[in-house]
Amino acid sequence: MSIDQATVRKIASLARIAISDAEAAAMEGELNGILGWVEQLGEVDVTGVEPMTAVIPNHLRLRDDVVDADPLTGGNRRDDVLANAPAPQHGFFGVPKVIE
Amino acid sequence: MTELTNLTVAQIRDGHRAGDFSAIEVAEAFNANVAGAKALNAFIVETPDHALAAAKAADADRAAGTLKPLSGVPIGMKDLFCTNGVQTTAASHMLEGFVPRYESTVSQKLWDAGCGMLGKLNLDQFAMGSSNETSYFGNVISPWKRNDGGNAALAPGGSSGGSSSAIAARLCPAATGTDTGGSIRQPAAFTGISGIKPTYGRCSRWGIVAFASSLDQAGPMARDVKDCAIMLENMAGFDPKDATSLDMAVPNWEAALSSDLKGKTVGIPKEYRLEGIDSDIDAMWDAGIAMLKDAGAEVVEISLPHTKYALPAYYIIAPAEASSNLARYDGVRYGLRDLPQGAGLQDMYAATRADGFGPEVKRRIMIGTYVLSAGFYDAYYTQAQKVRTLIARDFEQAFASCDVILAPTAPSAAFGLGEKTADPLAMYLNDVFAVPASLAGLPAMSVPAALNREGLPLGLQIIGKAFDEQGVLNAGLAIEERAGFTARAEKWW
Amino acid sequence: MSDYRIKGETGEWEVVIGLEVHAQVTSNAKLFSGAATAFGAEPNTQVSLVDAAMPGMLPVPNRECIRQAVRTGMAIEAEINKWSRFDRKNYFYADLPQGYQISQLYHPLVGEGSLTIAADEKAGIPSDKVIGIERIHVEQDAGKLMHDQHPTMSYVDLNRSGVALMEIVSRPDMRSPAEAGAYVRKLRSILRYVGSCDGNMEEGSMRADVNVSVRKPGDEFGTRTETKNVNSVRFVMAVIEGEAKRQVELIESGGSVVQETRLYDPDRNETRSMRSKEDAHDYRYFPDPDLLPLILDDAFLTECRASLPELPDAKRARYLAEGISAYNADVLTAEVEVARWFDALLEAGAKPVAAANWVTSELFGALNRLGRDISDSPVSPAQAAELLGLVADGTISGTIAKAVFEKMLESGDAAGVIVDREGLKQTSDTGAIEAEIAKVLAANGDKVAQYKGGKEALFGFFVGQTMKAMQGKANPQVVNELLKKALG
Repeated sequence: MSIDQATVRKIASLARIAISDAEAAAMEGELNGILGWVEQLGEVDVTGVEPMTAVIPNHLRLRDDVVDADPLTGGNRRDDVLANAPAPQHGFFGVPKVIE
Repeated sequence: MTELTNLTVAQIRDGHRAGDFSAIEVAEAFNANVAGAKALNAFIVETPDHALAAAKAADADRAAGTLKPLSGVPIGMKDLFCTNGVQTTAASHMLEGFVPRYESTVSQKLWDAGCGMLGKLNLDQFAMGSSNETSYFGNVISPWKRNDGGNAALAPGGSSGGSSSAIAARLCPAATGTDTGGSIRQPAAFTGISGIKPTYGRCSRWGIVAFASSLDQAGPMARDVKDCAIMLENMAGFDPKDATSLDMAVPNWEAALSSDLKGKTVGIPKEYRLEGIDSDIDAMWDAGIAMLKDAGAEVVEISLPHTKYALPAYYIIAPAEASSNLARYDGVRYGLRDLPQGAGLQDMYAATRADGFGPEVKRRIMIGTYVLSAGFYDAYYTQAQKVRTLIARDFEQAFASCDVILAPTAPSAAFGLGEKTADPLAMYLNDVFAVPASLAGLPAMSVPAALNREGLPLGLQIIGKAFDEQGVLNAGLAIEERAGFTARAEKWW
Repeated sequence: MSDYRIKGETGEWEVVIGLEVHAQVTSNAKLFSGAATAFGAEPNTQVSLVDAAMPGMLPVPNRECIRQAVRTGMAIEAEINKWSRFDRKNYFYADLPQGYQISQLYHPLVGEGSLTIAADEKAGIPSDKVIGIERIHVEQDAGKLMHDQHPTMSYVDLNRSGVALMEIVSRPDMRSPAEAGAYVRKLRSILRYVGSCDGNMEEGSMRADVNVSVRKPGDEFGTRTETKNVNSVRFVMAVIEGEAKRQVELIESGGSVVQETRLYDPDRNETRSMRSKEDAHDYRYFPDPDLLPLILDDAFLTECRASLPELPDAKRARYLAEGISAYNADVLTAEVEVARWFDALLEAGAKPVAAANWVTSELFGALNRLGRDISDSPVSPAQAAELLGLVADGTISGTIAKAVFEKMLESGDAAGVIVDREGLKQTSDTGAIEAEIAKVLAANGDKVAQYKGGKEALFGFFVGQTMKAMQGKANPQVVNELLKKALG
């Protein structure tokens, strides 16, 4: 399967990365090179093989329903949450106006 | 007295404990080396005060009789670990100026153990790269030079290239690394140091900037096997904040170190004999086999039939996970925001991400986005995860007849900066021997074994069964003792 | 079968409806972090580093959220999947900090189940109808955007970000707005019984994505549209009505329905296309590599099942068996608070039929007047049981009971105390009653003549006059008997 520049632009748009025409052209070749190479996986007979779900046998642990039990995963730290915000606004994160 | 910066972690710990020197002296010596090595560009941020503060506390603790396991040991911290109050960038413009208000679990454990921080180490941007040429903050230069009289700047490996370069140049005795597809082992091999990636889940991923969640593992890099054991003991451990963390006690790896391999079987994977590979690599591998036999081990040939597919599978799985993990860098809550005149929200995303991510990061996000997109998911991603199952099964079957596996760490010695940047695929192929163990979540380490004909270090890789870091470290120690690798880069910086 | 039809120019159209209901799981902490879920906090105060998707943050699931979703699944008799997984749904939006929502696409926690909506002739539902439920999965809620605070900026509040939701996906089994309304009400009732969601649509605890298509009866399904985030039963019904009409008109004028996401504007009562979400359809779902498969053991499932209360259908059947009318049984079981109150009343010794009548007329009337919910009724079930007991054992009449109830509401005193204090015990003293009857008949000679002439309806008049003379305290049965005798 080979991708064209329109596809490159579509992927870039899905990934929210602005690209110029020159970049799209360069990326077309690079991505085709890489994708063409990974496609050799198609040769492998995977009949009856399950996709890997956990690399090391381990079960999903669940957390107790307790608020702020650990400050590292609890709330009530608005200053920390907003400390690096590019446009903090009265306790909110500011973003360009969104029209829904 | 030996120069303090030539001491290993164990020597610093023990010498400080014995009163041979103060922690302040150690910190000052390393701070000076760091300050004098700008040419290597190993650090993004230097934190001499942090190192000194920890040293002061270590000296006080010694006086009070309350020494901690690593009191007095200053280390380098890969700039992928979030550090409270200290800029954390993942070597990306995207996070330039980002100062976390939290500490990663692994770094916190090291501070709790008494370590101090010399600085935040440079790396490939978002840990994506094998030569440290993708950092927004410039290439890291290896302290090593070829013996051909030329002056070519060499790659320190990647992604933990700041860590490897700094340790090899004696800027720090040890450092943290992370390994997604070889990012600890390959740079260790390139710079003549040791590094271990433990079993997936040993070290908490909480607070480490994520690249590919199902592969990322933190581990130590240091000058020898014993230091790796000491460091790993103080980095590993169960963390309830990471759902994939292993709920197992941390073994006392240092105390159980033994290079006596009697009764152990070492597997040599025949698929790792690549045609046309550098003969120095093969020679080193054969020498390694002889060393392990000498240590009492039996050596058998094993087969890992799906080896050839590991790299392509990795280059689907890792970018897929990365494309999603890096979606949070959108200019809304932290990091770079690029807001062109009159731009809406979605334009802001596109501009911010175009500006903030480097070319390799973009390339991988694009691949990951593509392989997950509608209509391609099963052909690429599901197929790759099935192949990953087969690769893990290969190891499982191989470990029925051996205890550890011996292979080269990388297919070549360090290459020159710029030599492979034009061809992403050629760069990816550098991780051909490292990636299979990552896909299977197995512990694996690199130890320096020889110099090649150009005078550059080569590393041997030991891969172990899940949870058997001890077996890996012991085999590594057996090689270390026999290889007698003492070469070091001559100071030019 | 519903006979709801849209009458178009080319004939009658049938409406096909499926609902995806998002119900906020009742829990203290969020689905993957320890931040609180309470409604109405200051912006971004209930936000952890995990919810803000700071670099290196990881999710760990909340057991209670999983438990509540499993219990909900059991309540709709669904298959519970002991092996499930979380997937990432990838898209960019300012209210979605991670750039993906953790949800479950490939292996949901709860599989196939169903619920039954009751027959309602008036609403055009001729008989009970089973509505299939395809699945329930657990996922994260998004944050909130506010657009009115600043001329050029929107504000992001992440307090809701990461709160646990159950997405309950119905089969396209509904055929009229009334059926959809009944489904949402029934689902809400079940969720409240189970305690897995408070069902509060005003606060956004429950909202529905409404899938609507139209077809000529017997044809294949048409193309559907999805109207997002509809937050009341009334609006769900309005969306269906409007959207079905719009689609019929569109098709009949030569157009075709586009599969798209639409937004409901309650002020104009119409839906419009949400173009902003158009290009976001490729969600690139894949298993969340930060989380392992979720495996439920038997002990967990046993506890979930054992903790389920009696559910509305079972309760209704029990009430019917106790002789309560179908109408009253419906009213008493619809809301869990009412059912709990009523069960407490029965437990306190009240007779089912009389108690049901009293609750649905007297108590509801009073609560309505006072503007109160049953959960803060001024009269407790035990107090009400005492009052009904006094009627049942003949101590007071039904009429007096109404007066006593009023006094209970005013004073908060017990019924027995009021009856004693005000001397309201009814009398069966035949002598006293006969004396009053004699007076009444004497004073109304003309009416007695009319009655005897065949105008039997006047009997009630005599009863009323006698009761009035007895100040309501006469036993009505005794009054009846004695009057009949006196009037020959």
